[in-house]
Amino acid sequence: MRYEVLFEDPMLKKRDDFEDMLEERRNSSDLRYALKCYTPVLYKGLTPCKVSELKQMVLQSDQLGYVITQVSKEKGVTSDEVTGEAAAILEEMAQRLQLSTVRFFAFTLSKVFKTLFRSICINEEGLQRLQQAIHNHPVVLLPSHRSYMDFLLMSYILYTYDLALPVIAAGMDFMGMKVVGEMLRMSGAFFIRRSFGGDKLYWAVFSEYVKIMLKNGYAPVEFFLEGTRSRTAKSLTPKLGLLNIVMDPFLKGEVFDISLVPVSISYERTLEEALYARELLGVPKPKESTSGLFKARKILSEDYGSIHVYFGQPVSVRSLAESRVNRSQFNLIPRHIPTRPSEEILSFVNDSAYRLVRAQEENMVLKPWVLLAFVLLQKQAAEEKQGTALDELTEQAVWLRDLSRQYGAFLHWPDHIPPSEVVSSSLSLHRGLVRISEGRVQLALEQETRGAITPEEELLNKAVVILSCASYRNQALNVFIRPALLASAIHTAASNRKRKTEIYNSFSFLRNMFSNEFILCPGATVQDFEEACYLLVKTGTLQINQQEVLITERGHRTLAFLTSVLDPFLQGYQVVCRFLCEQDGLTEKQFIPAVRKFIIKHLLTGRLRYTEVLSSDLQKNALAALIRLGAVQKIKGYGTLKLNKVMLNSLEDTLGKK
Amino acid sequence: MSGFSDNIMRLSGRMLSQYPAQRDWDGKLTMAPHPGIIPTFSIVTLSDNVPEQEIMKWNGWGYSDSKFLYNKKGQAEFTGKRYRLSGMIIPGLREWMESTFSANLQHKTPAAPILNSSAVQPPTLNEAFLKELKSTGIPFSHDAEDRVFRSHGHCLHEIFALREGKIGRVPDLVVWPNCHNDVVKIVELACKHNVCLIPYGGGTSVSSALECPPEETRSIVSLDTSQMNRILWIDEKNLTAHVEAGIVGQDLERLLNESGYCTGHEPDSMEFSSLGGWVATRASGMKKNIYGNIEDLVVHIKMVTPRGVIEKSCQGPRMSTGPDVHHFIMGSEGTLGVVTEVTMKIRPMPEYQKYGSVVFPNFEMGVACLREVARQRCAPASIRLMDNEQFKFGHALKPQVSSIFTSFLDGLKKFYITKFKGFDPNRLCVATLLFEGDREKVLQHEKQVYDIAAKFGGLAAGEDNGQRGYMLTFVIAYLRDLGMDYYVIGESFETSMPWDRVLDICRNVKARIVRECKDKGVQFPPLSTCRVTQTYDAGACVYFYFAFNYRGLSDPVHVYEQVEHAAREEILANGGSLSHHHGVGKLRKEWMRESISSVGMGMLKSVKDYVDPNNIFGNRNLL
Repeated sequence: MRYEVLFEDPMLKKRDDFEDMLEERRNSSDLRYALKCYTPVLYKGLTPCKVSELKQMVLQSDQLGYVITQVSKEKGVTSDEVTGEAAAILEEMAQRLQLSTVRFFAFTLSKVFKTLFRSICINEEGLQRLQQAIHNHPVVLLPSHRSYMDFLLMSYILYTYDLALPVIAAGMDFMGMKVVGEMLRMSGAFFIRRSFGGDKLYWAVFSEYVKIMLKNGYAPVEFFLEGTRSRTAKSLTPKLGLLNIVMDPFLKGEVFDISLVPVSISYERTLEEALYARELLGVPKPKESTSGLFKARKILSEDYGSIHVYFGQPVSVRSLAESRVNRSQFNLIPRHIPTRPSEEILSFVNDSAYRLVRAQEENMVLKPWVLLAFVLLQKQAAEEKQGTALDELTEQAVWLRDLSRQYGAFLHWPDHIPPSEVVSSSLSLHRGLVRISEGRVQLALEQETRGAITPEEELLNKAVVILSCASYRNQALNVFIRPALLASAIHTAASNRKRKTEIYNSFSFLRNMFSNEFILCPGATVQDFEEACYLLVKTGTLQINQQEVLITERGHRTLAFLTSVLDPFLQGYQVVCRFLCEQDGLTEKQFIPAVRKFIIKHLLTGRLRYTEVLSSDLQKNALAALIRLGAVQKIKGYGTLKLNKVMLNSLEDTLGKK
Repeated sequence: MSGFSDNIMRLSGRMLSQYPAQRDWDGKLTMAPHPGIIPTFSIVTLSDNVPEQEIMKWNGWGYSDSKFLYNKKGQAEFTGKRYRLSGMIIPGLREWMESTFSANLQHKTPAAPILNSSAVQPPTLNEAFLKELKSTGIPFSHDAEDRVFRSHGHCLHEIFALREGKIGRVPDLVVWPNCHNDVVKIVELACKHNVCLIPYGGGTSVSSALECPPEETRSIVSLDTSQMNRILWIDEKNLTAHVEAGIVGQDLERLLNESGYCTGHEPDSMEFSSLGGWVATRASGMKKNIYGNIEDLVVHIKMVTPRGVIEKSCQGPRMSTGPDVHHFIMGSEGTLGVVTEVTMKIRPMPEYQKYGSVVFPNFEMGVACLREVARQRCAPASIRLMDNEQFKFGHALKPQVSSIFTSFLDGLKKFYITKFKGFDPNRLCVATLLFEGDREKVLQHEKQVYDIAAKFGGLAAGEDNGQRGYMLTFVIAYLRDLGMDYYVIGESFETSMPWDRVLDICRNVKARIVRECKDKGVQFPPLSTCRVTQTYDAGACVYFYFAFNYRGLSDPVHVYEQVEHAAREEILANGGSLSHHHGVGKLRKEWMRESISSVGMGMLKSVKDYVDPNNIFGNRNLL
């Protein structure tokens, strides 16, 4: 069987080298740097304009004018009133990018970054490509989102390398922090309400504002495809709203092309590590407040390792759309009249979004610790109480290193240093999560506690560490997910004769089940299957002939590892099904607390193996998948869930079939 | 209409070299050679002693005596005496060509000088048809030169092949009907003997419309209308003229001018294109703002089809008699029959003409101005907006000595550098204007337009520049031949679109051309430029010019075609039309269905099936 036709060998992926941008900061004056001459390359079609002119352009646009007339007719108010309302929305939203604020941040962040991080590594070739892209076409920057740091970091980098500063779509929650909110606004952030579902006027102001900045090449537009910070370090299913907006000017012929630049930001240690874990376990997220941010000062005393930022290959919207979208569909309606995007456009935007998120994932730098997290979590789940010997851990990490490289992981493992040293230095950076005694390593589950605590509290404390650790493992899940789905499919298939069609069906089922959990492009089942087969055949795990799949002698270890990658998720989805089967009436709001309670009970009685199924992210994804598959139905208006128990039962069985 | 006797009004047409005067079966034809063609606008008198055989090029544009070349000093020169530019040195052209295309005078690609008759396939003659044709006395020829001449239009691939001496399928026979009744006889015979007819007017098609379908196995007969070139009558009460369809634009205007009238229909090809061709392609003239396009000018059409003659019973100015059958004829591109006679509106010649030009800081402002002019419905006879590249091109074509060409740019440079700084020479663009009418109104009109222009940052830039702009329209076609001597190939194509899409289409199509050239391996950046040539209430017509240096390419014509194809795709994707006035021919056929819907195609098809069930008019254009 030939797989080469479908995709390139991930091993052969060429990636740029990194430079540490902090090095120069450590060797020269931050003040001089903050006051340096800043003359970025701008878009060739740019007509320079001021922030206030920009607002005028939005308010006077045909697009907004149309909606204002519409709204004023519907509400029976004068169009002046509606225009006033639009102006107020715009006022609340608009950025006020000014260089002086950026310079202030450049100075402050230099100090902060130097304290927190060992290095901030950038692929400079990517920046050169970006500069070229900014010159030629309107640019959209699409960084991954793992930390609050992300967008400050992005602007910091662009300022440092003399590139055009972006305007950034930020959630309204930042506005709660008065001073900081305004500071961010002046460094290019514009604020969007989290939900404005039916508000036509808001949507019109917002989309026109973004489009005008983009079309005129005013500044690169930056936003997070994932919509919010991923608390699990897994990429989130992309949100399509903004992507739709920024692609629109191309689809409607208003610009020749738009460059989408995926940016992968990977943190060796995430600032929000434990915060995320708590949040996933149900400790509510503290509302962003300025004082809260200052409390984070203790963070400043810790070592957060390095950051890698990879500016990916710019993706041309034009080439994405080529032979995919019939642009003449916009010919018959004036372009300023808002229309609901057609099915064709929606599916195009959706596929593009997945491609971009995958591009982010592919260029995420993985540190050795990520591999250690795999091993440590698997050991923990196997209840090896006394931990793992350092030698064994190193051996397993090296094995995993080689495997992940074969699968195309962007692994930064210093090959010139003995593996044992690599392992021990990783462990020492993450000493909060591991305990080493007598040459054996395990997760630091027994934390010191004040006073007596309930078993439930003890479990949650453990879970914090496990979920923190899982957030590192998750960084590499995208590398293994397709082979892991295949491994699990093989595992479930009848013992001796592994028929390919049967395995494909099982793969397809699992892939469908988990498509809210991992980035699996809709409609690409065959391609994913082929890719997985290719990787496992190439690495000598499987042999595949016309009908059958054979596991090689040395393939068992790989398969065992891969199956265990998916296991926590299989168990998690299973327990959610079980839980739902036992419910009678349930609203969507009650779901998380109730399922959490259910899981805690089962964990405490030892009936569940994986503590990480406590993650509300997993639970939400499972529910979304079940709704998508029709096993659960949302009753509109009441928020109640209608359960198809026959189907839930059968899904639970299928997931549990081993 | 005694003033319009046959002898005076009959013109020999341009095809004298092909005219079979020497042949024994052609005793009747005794036409005097025409002394030359002197249109009103720009062409100077041609002396009488030009040999007939060399009046038209066989493998390039226009008159044989008129062409651009580099003289021994390496200076560009335009030969001949027909045009204002004729006999002049054009000092800037060489540098412009070298810098725009990276062309080099050392790298020449000369054309095959004469037609090699042995390269032409022997004619497939239908003897029975031929025999009956002879008995009608209508002149015909199967001479290779005559056949090759009528086998093509002026698409790049057609001319490129001729220059290389490559001849494909050509008509097997050429016939020269002298009047409507001759055409009726020919069509009858063609139906009787199942011969394929391809009507031929001026041969200026740029849509592959004249190409013989290679799959055609029947004898192909080219029906040359050039002898049907009389004005049959002029009706001064109704201001109409009844004209034979083979008349060429400049002759029609000149003859009407002699009686104090004009049609005002001036397509850029009017030196060579014919009335029948205009009708068959839905032509558009430069001064349509005053006189209208061909569909506005035509009052009555007579067409011979395999089913018989189609015409209306009266000449009412407008009728509500079902769908207008004229609209089946206009744009039918020779697929339904031969247009033989047309009644056209005529107007008294304008008392006063004035050229003008306006410089805008950038193309966007220029388009906004044209849009405003259209909104106020005060467009002059012609208003055209060139982009920056074309503005520079126009600059390069400035001749060395001439009072009339004095210093468009010099003057201009002076005033934008001194008084009106802020005009970026790499962004500014120019609109050319032509006003017509009685003197007072023209001056008033002129002021109105300049006032609007001023609101968009436009500065009046003088009459000379305007006049020169229009003159260049007629010589630009000659420049392609010069380019082809030096590895540069190119062509123009047009479209129409709503106002709100003008800028988007101009930008995107130009960028697409550049991108495609790069992708297709063109070694040097292409010239990719456009101009807005017509304004309407609801939109505009835009012309694109595109050319590149093809050194290093093994199949330049194929690359050219791929790029043009991509450009057309881009136009359609951005809401532009398949064609504003060039027509579809065979070149753009593939997009017809998406342009007019399947039902629309079915409607046209059913008309074709009724009118010409045996596909006698088998040029396979359009459908």
